[in-house]
Amino acid sequence: MRNTFRALNAALTSALVAAACGGGGESPGLAGEVEIDGSSTVFPIQEAVAEEFQIANPNVRVSVGFSGSGGGFKRFCAGETDLSDASRPINDRERETCAAAGIEFTELRVAWDGLSVVTNPANDFAQCMTLEELSRIWQPGSTVTTWRDVRPAWPAEEIKLYGPGTDSGTFDYFTETVNGESGASRADYQASEDDNVLVQGIAGDPYALGYFGYAYYAENTSRLKLLAVDGGNGCVSPSDHTIADGTYAPLSRPLFVYAKHAALSRPEVEAYVDFMLSSLSEVVPSTGYHALSGAEYEQQLAALQGAAGASH
Amino acid sequence: MGTAFMVLCGAATLVGVVALVVLLADLALDGAPRLSWSFLNSFASRFPERAGVKAALLGSVWILALTALIAFPVSVAAAIYLEEYAPQTWVTRLIRLNIANLAGVPSIVYGILGLALFVRTLGLDRSIISGALTLSLLIMPVIIIASQEAIRAVPSSIREAAYGLGATRWQVVRTQVLPMAMPGIMTGAILALSRAVGETAPLIMVGAVGFIAFAPTGVFDSFTVLPLQIYNWISRPQEEFHQLAAAGILVLLAVLLTMNAAAILLRNRYQSRR
Repeated sequence: MRNTFRALNAALTSALVAAACGGGGESPGLAGEVEIDGSSTVFPIQEAVAEEFQIANPNVRVSVGFSGSGGGFKRFCAGETDLSDASRPINDRERETCAAAGIEFTELRVAWDGLSVVTNPANDFAQCMTLEELSRIWQPGSTVTTWRDVRPAWPAEEIKLYGPGTDSGTFDYFTETVNGESGASRADYQASEDDNVLVQGIAGDPYALGYFGYAYYAENTSRLKLLAVDGGNGCVSPSDHTIADGTYAPLSRPLFVYAKHAALSRPEVEAYVDFMLSSLSEVVPSTGYHALSGAEYEQQLAALQGAAGASH
Repeated sequence: MGTAFMVLCGAATLVGVVALVVLLADLALDGAPRLSWSFLNSFASRFPERAGVKAALLGSVWILALTALIAFPVSVAAAIYLEEYAPQTWVTRLIRLNIANLAGVPSIVYGILGLALFVRTLGLDRSIISGALTLSLLIMPVIIIASQEAIRAVPSSIREAAYGLGATRWQVVRTQVLPMAMPGIMTGAILALSRAVGETAPLIMVGAVGFIAFAPTGVFDSFTVLPLQIYNWISRPQEEFHQLAAAGILVLLAVLLTMNAAAILLRNRYQSRR
């Protein structure tokens, strides 16, 4: 009798999981909590997934925070959250903390974000910059003060710099890619954690130069001018196309979600992650980011199921 | 000379008023079209037309009510003790000095304290109760100081007259001092709670989240608050979310004004009863 019950239970569970995998079928019986925290860059994506998941599963309580990539990992490795959003890969120290706490996880890539280098629309001389030029402008102790310092043909006007503050994952990624070391940047620029402030600043300053996520350019195309970046293979402008297919390198960055294996044994978390990976293709574009291909999401889902299956 | 001074003071008054009017007009222009019942009764969404402040509004109300329930009685009791009972020694002076200093401590410091004490040590987790306790700590010094001032302003002749008629100390405090001091205490409490409703930093520290799509059902639920929702919307690239943020600010202002109006009504009742 007990065996029959167990078999029935197993059959039901796998049916539920299959339904969830097949594009997020409704399973109103599902209850519990899914706790997510991490990067504020990834937040709009996670919020969108949570919103859709919540509609299909009203009895599961999903909460999404935005303590930042680092803050999220702190909670994740303390065992407080089930998923952690990050705009950069987990670093070695965080990895050790997680390992010490016995927390195993899988890294999932959820979207691409293109960092855009922009100027004021009145700037008619700069069209494309090489990584080397960007590095000369932004490196610590840079002596570049005018546009002519970058290229002799450019005017001897003071170059006004705008960029995100040091707490931002955007700052970490840009400094690592352009200056070779995460966090290494000149400090005498207008910094703001709020990218809209940077947009305002650049839109009002004819000799400005700045960088931030592509979504902020896409919403302000009439007030800003996009620069192409030469990463060694010619000038490429960021666009929906070049960011998603990786030709806008190296300033396209992947966005991550880390999933805790122990949490995946809980049906609500497993259903959430399945739902996330199968809905990202539709959800991501509506948030201003760029989706991976459908096949890449499916691969990750399969790999995750293997990893989680091995751990419980 | 006298006229010039009056004009100067009048102009100083105008600065504040004009700034407020401009701010409100700007907000109303951006936010008013977004205000509707569905804005109040919907959870956050990635589609601006579907998004609302339900979770944030309920979270703010929960936090505010709990904070008032915790902070008000404790603060008033502390103020009564310090003014009416405590012997005037160097210990009480030290306590007073400390309370005055605590009123000036930046709110983020209380957030860190709340994280260590309530969230981790007491194991209350990232919940409404952790948030309310943290905000209570934040505003208690302000209420205590205001209450002390109000109690001190009660003329000692009244106390002495009551003692002369044979009243005990407890009777004097209950029937004379507290009723007379109550309007002043209420004013202090209103100002303090108004500060609490706009706080973001300490609540982020104790774990207010960015997105939840369920209404809190108890004090151990996770939560978000209006200032956090507004901050979240204002930092989005899309113009529509900036309008939602403006509408959110209007809701926050409405909460604040309702609260103040309620407190003023209460205060007037105390004053007229006197």
